Amino acid sequence: MSKYIGASVKRKEDGRFITGRGRYTDDIVLPNMTHAYIVRSPHAHAKIKSINVDQAKAQPGVVAIFTGKDMEADGVGSVPNGWQIGEDMKEPPHPPLAVGKVRHVGDGVAVVIAEDRYAAKDAAELVEVDYEILPAVTDGAKAMEKGAPALHDEAPDNVSFVWELGDKDAADNALKNSHRTTKLEIVNQRLIANAIEPRSAIGDYDAGRDELTLYTSSQNPHLIRLLMCAFVLGIPEHKVRIISPDVGGGFGSKICHYPEEIIMSWATRKIERPIKWTAERSESYLTDAHGRDHHTTAEMGFDKDGNILGLRVNTVANLGAYLSTLAGGIPTWLYGTLLAGQYKTKSIYVQVTGVFTNTTPVDAYRGAGRPEATYVIERLMDTAAREMNMDPAELRRKNFIAPDAFPYQTPVVMQYDSGNYEPALDKALQMINYKKLREEQKQARDQGRLLGIGFSAYIEACGIAPSKVAGAIGLRAGLYEGASVRVHPTGKVMVYTGSHSHGQGHETTFAQVAADGFGISIDDVEVVHGDTAQIPFGMGTYGSRSIAVGGNAIYKAIEKIKEKAKKIAAHKLEASADDLEFADGSWTVKGTDKSVTFAEVALIAYVPHDYPEDLEPGLEDNAFWDPKNFTFPFGTHICSVEIDPDTGKVKILKYVAVDDVGNVINPMIVDGQLHGGIAQGAGQVLWEEAVYDDSGQLLTGTMMDYAIPKADDLPSFEIDRTTTPCPDNPLGVKGAGEAGTIASTACIANAVIDAVAHLGVKDLQMPFTPQRVWNAIHGNGNR
Amino acid sequence: MTHTINVNVNGVAHEAQVEPRVLLVHFLRDDLRLTGTHIGCDTSQCGACTVLVDGISSKSCTMFAVQADGREVTTIEGLAKNGELHPLQEAFREEHGLQCGFCTPGVILSVYDFLQHNSKPNEEEIRHALEGNYCRCTGYHNIVKAVQKAAE
Ligand code: FES
Ligand code: FES
Repeated sequence: MSKYIGASVKRKEDGRFITGRGRYTDDIVLPNMTHAYIVRSPHAHAKIKSINVDQAKAQPGVVAIFTGKDMEADGVGSVPNGWQIGEDMKEPPHPPLAVGKVRHVGDGVAVVIAEDRYAAKDAAELVEVDYEILPAVTDGAKAMEKGAPALHDEAPDNVSFVWELGDKDAADNALKNSHRTTKLEIVNQRLIANAIEPRSAIGDYDAGRDELTLYTSSQNPHLIRLLMCAFVLGIPEHKVRIISPDVGGGFGSKICHYPEEIIMSWATRKIERPIKWTAERSESYLTDAHGRDHHTTAEMGFDKDGNILGLRVNTVANLGAYLSTLAGGIPTWLYGTLLAGQYKTKSIYVQVTGVFTNTTPVDAYRGAGRPEATYVIERLMDTAAREMNMDPAELRRKNFIAPDAFPYQTPVVMQYDSGNYEPALDKALQMINYKKLREEQKQARDQGRLLGIGFSAYIEACGIAPSKVAGAIGLRAGLYEGASVRVHPTGKVMVYTGSHSHGQGHETTFAQVAADGFGISIDDVEVVHGDTAQIPFGMGTYGSRSIAVGGNAIYKAIEKIKEKAKKIAAHKLEASADDLEFADGSWTVKGTDKSVTFAEVALIAYVPHDYPEDLEPGLEDNAFWDPKNFTFPFGTHICSVEIDPDTGKVKILKYVAVDDVGNVINPMIVDGQLHGGIAQGAGQVLWEEAVYDDSGQLLTGTMMDYAIPKADDLPSFEIDRTTTPCPDNPLGVKGAGEAGTIASTACIANAVIDAVAHLGVKDLQMPFTPQRVWNAIHGNGNR
Repeated sequence: MTHTINVNVNGVAHEAQVEPRVLLVHFLRDDLRLTGTHIGCDTSQCGACTVLVDGISSKSCTMFAVQADGREVTTIEGLAKNGELHPLQEAFREEHGLQCGFCTPGVILSVYDFLQHNSKPNEEEIRHALEGNYCRCTGYHNIVKAVQKAAE
């Protein structure tokens, strides 16, 4: 029946991208448009004594200049925090432009609006800000020390929250009674997402209709509208339209609600002209939400046979200067709840402290919480295997949750939907030719070469859900997805989705679902996303939720429409609806050749000349999908690396990945998601890190200083999959956007350490730069 | 103060007045409204702005518009001829060599130049040729495949 689902259909959206006809926010030009440049703090922590804009205002082409005080005087609210962690959480205000004090380098202090971008930038240089510099702190652990500079009056100890999960006594006991324990100190360094399209926003106020349109490079336009209307500007939602057109990558950094979206929306109402702001890359480095930044100690206890008995984890999460939209939930609920991994660990306890520092706010970055959890567990597993002299694959196999144990309740909240972990491991072992590879490793060592093999058997929780649970864990949003499907009189179909595509290929994948649902050609389906005026409601794209939540909403809307269409078909065929079957785009009276096509039914729906009384004309419907549970994709990645002993440089020789993301709608697109994900995970292990100096200056503030992987740095990846459908949704899908990143960081890290462990290197912290690796090799006196 | 420049862009002659400090990429995007050429950085690392200047791949964020005076510029909009996609464009679609598409015009144009000099590259050579272009989405895996396919 399915012609498209499961097929590697070429992407519908590619036509415009390969010919330069994409339409990203910065490509849009509106009549009478002005350009904004934001004056930003050069200091990490300072009092604003005064701001003088007189000279700047007198420059040619300058239209207006506003400061935080202007916005405050106008009643503009704080950038909202979307996730409450515990009753006692400290939520200090975050003004869109700083008032009184700046708290990180790049904190905005004024906006200059001019006729063109060059004029705006010129004038911005003449804005005089008198700062009184205060001592700064950039490290999470140091910010908690007595006497550390305090960022917010509301949180004198710089702590926003202390969160815990699991049974502390049980975990303590398990570790006490363990035959042996493995302990690691783990730094999951701060990263910068680096979507290649810098963020951009255009505010466009129509005074005649009192309507605001905001174009913004966002992953979830509806949420931005909700937050901005309800919490910041206090203007009604029906007067606001948010458009996120083509967006050049997000990776989490375009989920959150940013000050610039507020500033453009507010200022356009003041000057009654459209205003565009587009970040320069160095501005992105200072203001795009950063990711990760955990400092963790973790202990895992085993019995004498290698069965895991308990896990205890303590993490300090650096939140940056303010609470970004989802900042609280990521190092807590999206992290602690995944610490069981693929293993039947009986007792787990985790404590997380969220801390303010004079750095850029931290929010989601690909995987968000789950890569951090996987890194902790999988590093512990490889280390423990080495300490116990066991094969790392066998230690994992021994501890896997059995396939007949699903749904499986972990000790940390989650109930895994479905899983079968051994086949993925076996396939990966086979693909990398494991036995032979170990042989090669031995031989290599004899020759003085440094070859390592690393594992990562991960689990992921996709499509945060259901709304009931989201509410219970403090998330200030529901987590369903909306869809609207409209059938035109000629049988052409429009699908409106609340999910947002910024590279994931929704225009194709969702069209595949609709084309198969109606038995029509994919060319007859158009998918619309990223515009709050066209789409009833939605929650956007992040956390690999698009197909699992958004796709199923579309499926549900299609089913509703087919219910009605069947009645129309029954009328046309003068048969009872119960006697009809739907196949290949037609309804047929069972056992006869009497049939009517989808297109014919569509026409009748809109030209109801001869229509039964109880049917209403038209053929369209909306649906919302609120999932029963998260979905839990999993898999095993294995890689081999070689280290050049003279330079410490790591080369990934081979990388194999076996992932199980449930049913797959478009294998080509899913593989592409995995490739990109693996590359980003590799970036974290080997090169990427946001580095601050003690005064709070970001030293990795340009693409020259922050090492994004290039084509030359990476191998091609070998990818395969197993399929364990999700039992909780009709499409049986789980989600694939983050799996690669979640798995690959631990996998490559384990391989590097495996390559040097025999030299006495016990541990290394990311990123494993040549310098760090070389020092580790040579610092142990073994060579 | 402005200068008069004559630039042929995608086969069309343009005479324009530009300030000497205006970057070629801004001239293409803002003045000619050819927005297929993208800006991803301000340090000439990302390659999103790559165009052909007299047939040679060049980062248009690293050139002033005045430096293009008297020269021929090809942007992504000028690559398809007579409604026919260039084989590289076809190959990127076939091999899923793009996701968000933001890096894609720059990648295609830099590879275009590369293939003029090496029509049968191996994987290593392709990866090396992509040094000046960042792609954050694809992990380069399918970009390499697309270039191989186009070279066939
Ligand atoms: S914009 Fe030219 S190289 Fe990045
Ligand atoms: S496709 Fe998104 S940056 Fe390359």
